[in-house]
Amino acid sequence: MAKIQIIAIATSLLFLLYIVRLIIKGKLREEYSIVWIVCTVVLILFSFWRDGLEIMANLLGVYEAPNLIFTGAIFAIFIYLLHLSVVVSKLQSQNKQLAQDIAMLKEKMENK
Amino acid sequence: MKRIAAVVPAYNEEKAIAAVVADINSAPLPAGYSITAVVVNDCSKDSTSEVISKLNCIALNLPINLGIGGAVQTGFKYAFENGFDYAIQIDGDGQHPASEIHKLVNHAIEHNYDVVIGSRFISKEGFQSSALRRFGINYFKWLNRLLVGVTINDSTSGFRLINRKVLEVVNEYYPDEYPEPEAIILYSLNHFKTGEVQVQMKERQGGVSSIGAFSSIYYMFKVSLAIFYTFIRIKFKK
Repeated sequence: MAKIQIIAIATSLLFLLYIVRLIIKGKLREEYSIVWIVCTVVLILFSFWRDGLEIMANLLGVYEAPNLIFTGAIFAIFIYLLHLSVVVSKLQSQNKQLAQDIAMLKEKMENK
Repeated sequence: MKRIAAVVPAYNEEKAIAAVVADINSAPLPAGYSITAVVVNDCSKDSTSEVISKLNCIALNLPINLGIGGAVQTGFKYAFENGFDYAIQIDGDGQHPASEIHKLVNHAIEHNYDVVIGSRFISKEGFQSSALRRFGINYFKWLNRLLVGVTINDSTSGFRLINRKVLEVVNEYYPDEYPEPEAIILYSLNHFKTGEVQVQMKERQGGVSSIGAFSSIYYMFKVSLAIFYTFIRIKFKK
């Protein structure tokens, strides 16, 4: 096993451990952790299976195997960022609703 | 007795707000109408909240800053939940003279309008605002005509009266940022009859406009986009 493989596997495992720890401590919600766990599993898979990247690139008709990583990774990042924008928008509208209800409830309490 | 809620969004308006509320409470109205000032303090940094708690008005204090649209909607929600027949938006900086409220109310009664906008531009009287703002207003006039086929001369005017049917809609959805031009599209697409009446406006008595010169470009872009989305959303829902 090459040196880089061992480093990659160790790093991925540490990353996975950290994600699990975040979930256990309640700092990361399960639904947002799925994407991270999947990413780590993919990393670990390709760390063990060294020829995998070449094979996948050939299969998809990508001439330079590393380009497949960049394309895949950037696509995944964009999708995840979009997902986060959706989450933030939802939070913002819920936040507004709460603030408005609080303002009206405060008024009701003070006038009793 | 028909009840009107005068919704006053206020952000850092400690100097002007007392006069605005006093103006509203002494405004002349058609017989059989009463008015209640509903001041929405949008988490002001100055003493607006202390000032309005001593005034003869309903004081709604938002715990976080929502921006003009969110603040105005708070007032509309209050008006809707408390059974008001009309709501009229009056800016907290004294630009909208309460002595003109009866014109809007009369116009709504005479023509059976759901929405009446107090406009500066039907004929040229009183304070007319800056050239850049007027350019923006002309642009929105054109956009409104294009999308919903109504001509509104002053689509950025916040001085507008809405009835209970409209309150029911804005209780559910009201635009957040720079809501005025977008709201007109919202009203037209919901088939509310929208009218306009000439009023005289004053220059602001205190406070700062929610639109700085710097953000004008952003304003035009954002509102165009919002108008477009509202248009598509409502068109395709039906």
